[in-house]
Amino acid sequence: MLYAALIIIIVCALLGYRVISAVPSLLHTPLMSGMNALSGITVIGAIAVFLTAPENARIWATIALILATINVVGGFWVTERMLRMFQDKKEKDKEEKIPWQ
Amino acid sequence: MAIETIIIAIFIIAGFIGGIRLMQSPRTAHWGNRLGALSMLIAIIWAFIETGEEGIVTALLFIIAGSVIGLILGQSVKMIHMPQTVGLLNGLGGAASALVAGSAVMNGQAYEAAVVSWSSSSLALAIGTLTFGGSLIAVLKLHGIALQKPFQLPFHGCVLRLILLTVLVLVILNSTTTGEYFTILLPLIITGALLGGLFMTLRIGGADMPIIISLLNSLSGIAAAIAGIAVKNIILAGTGTLVGVAGLILTRVMCRAMNRSLLAVLTGFSPDTESRSQVPDDERAPSSTEATAVDSKEPSPHENVSDSQTTQSEKSEDGPADTEEQLPRIIQNAESIIIVPGYGMAVAQAQQSVRNLANALEKEEKEVHFGIHPVAGRMPGHMNVLLAEAGIDYEKMLDQESINPRFEDTDLVIVIGACDVINPAANAAEDTPISGMPILEVEKSKNIIICNLDEKPGYSGVDNPLYNEGHVITLWGDAAQTVPELIRLVGKE
Repeated sequence: MLYAALIIIIVCALLGYRVISAVPSLLHTPLMSGMNALSGITVIGAIAVFLTAPENARIWATIALILATINVVGGFWVTERMLRMFQDKKEKDKEEKIPWQ
Repeated sequence: MAIETIIIAIFIIAGFIGGIRLMQSPRTAHWGNRLGALSMLIAIIWAFIETGEEGIVTALLFIIAGSVIGLILGQSVKMIHMPQTVGLLNGLGGAASALVAGSAVMNGQAYEAAVVSWSSSSLALAIGTLTFGGSLIAVLKLHGIALQKPFQLPFHGCVLRLILLTVLVLVILNSTTTGEYFTILLPLIITGALLGGLFMTLRIGGADMPIIISLLNSLSGIAAAIAGIAVKNIILAGTGTLVGVAGLILTRVMCRAMNRSLLAVLTGFSPDTESRSQVPDDERAPSSTEATAVDSKEPSPHENVSDSQTTQSEKSEDGPADTEEQLPRIIQNAESIIIVPGYGMAVAQAQQSVRNLANALEKEEKEVHFGIHPVAGRMPGHMNVLLAEAGIDYEKMLDQESINPRFEDTDLVIVIGACDVINPAANAAEDTPISGMPILEVEKSKNIIICNLDEKPGYSGVDNPLYNEGHVITLWGDAAQTVPELIRLVGKE
């Protein structure tokens, strides 16, 4: 199990390095806020601990659960908002007709 | 470990990586984000399926509560506040990982080898707490609530190193004694890591913020990855690693763009930092709500001239006095124009005016581009977001590498609220804090208009020799006023 985790970490580090390096500086802020949302993946750890924890640890798991969910949802939502601004003008017009134009 | 766990984990992580892959182009980026969110949803559902049925309803309630807070937060923040938003979310993520690791400890041993359990959980606890403490200070600074000046205690660097070392020793101690003294050691680790985070961020000033935000981003990922080991969750371990790597890449990009070493930023290792920390904030900007307190504290002798909109370069002798007359002619004759925005523009909230300026110039059939330095904002890529928000087409925004070869053939460069990132002293002079820092080589273009608040040097404290060059016209004052002034001149013969 430990080895599986270590292998996954190494593979992710290598693949991640390749993929992330190619993101243009234009999109670095959305990249970072998206990554930020991903760091909220700890929510799944929080769920696991919450569902299995003895009473005395539950309060910590509860706080972890709430904080991590804020992290995930907030992160993905600000990223979505930003990326909408980077959409192509034409594409945008197609998607939403602006009433006052 | 069950085979289906591995398969699901690979799918989810592949989803995340595919999402990042889509982020390589602005056309597909929003799908990348959605793919990431979908993978996250699957991961959460899988976590419920895998762990069992008891307590799901309560857990869901907490998740819904968190989602609502997250949505409200995500919907209400302004684009200019993005750095502190990301900082805040980093802090929450770090705290969550620390808590997961902490409660995993109380949950019993995850591994047969107690050393693995204890070392991974106490390390995740330490790094998560460090991220939380550091992010807290960064958010306070960025949001202008407190501590905006780089704050330095005596022996700051030494103290910071000592704290971090102590935390490391405590973590090792806790692991090797396999948690025998954890009731004493864990509170000590938490306190130490919190202090470490505070000390790390306290001394960081405005223009160094992109570096520390990137670093905290990376740390929040690393904390998640190690927490993943602690609770035996490979999805957590893999995804945390992705975030950690992304943060490190961005940290490196930012450090290079500012010609600073990470060590120098964090501990003040470089001798420059001492003198530099005394210098107020970076690119000059009017002291509006966003401006740092330092700006308003030092009344500039030049603020008085800001109303007149013009000033003359003191050195050049070929009759610069009538810039009023020169300006319209220069703008009229320019075919190709590059606008270089700095954080001063954002502070003056002049993005809309800049967009209007670009539109007015394009109406006159001039070619307009934006040259964007990596550290033009308060976090990586921040300036692009601010311009995109103002409705400027991303295809006109060019990064340092693409814009620098263009300056030579450019008739006019309009600098708005930027100082250090265009300072030719970075290439020419030696032994200045910015020597060797990659800059936008605006000095190569035929004419330059600089709309900065005043002629004080930027964050680095190095005077900008451009201000006295013959082909440079300076308009001191609030960009929210000087830029509309320029718009008025476009098309006026």
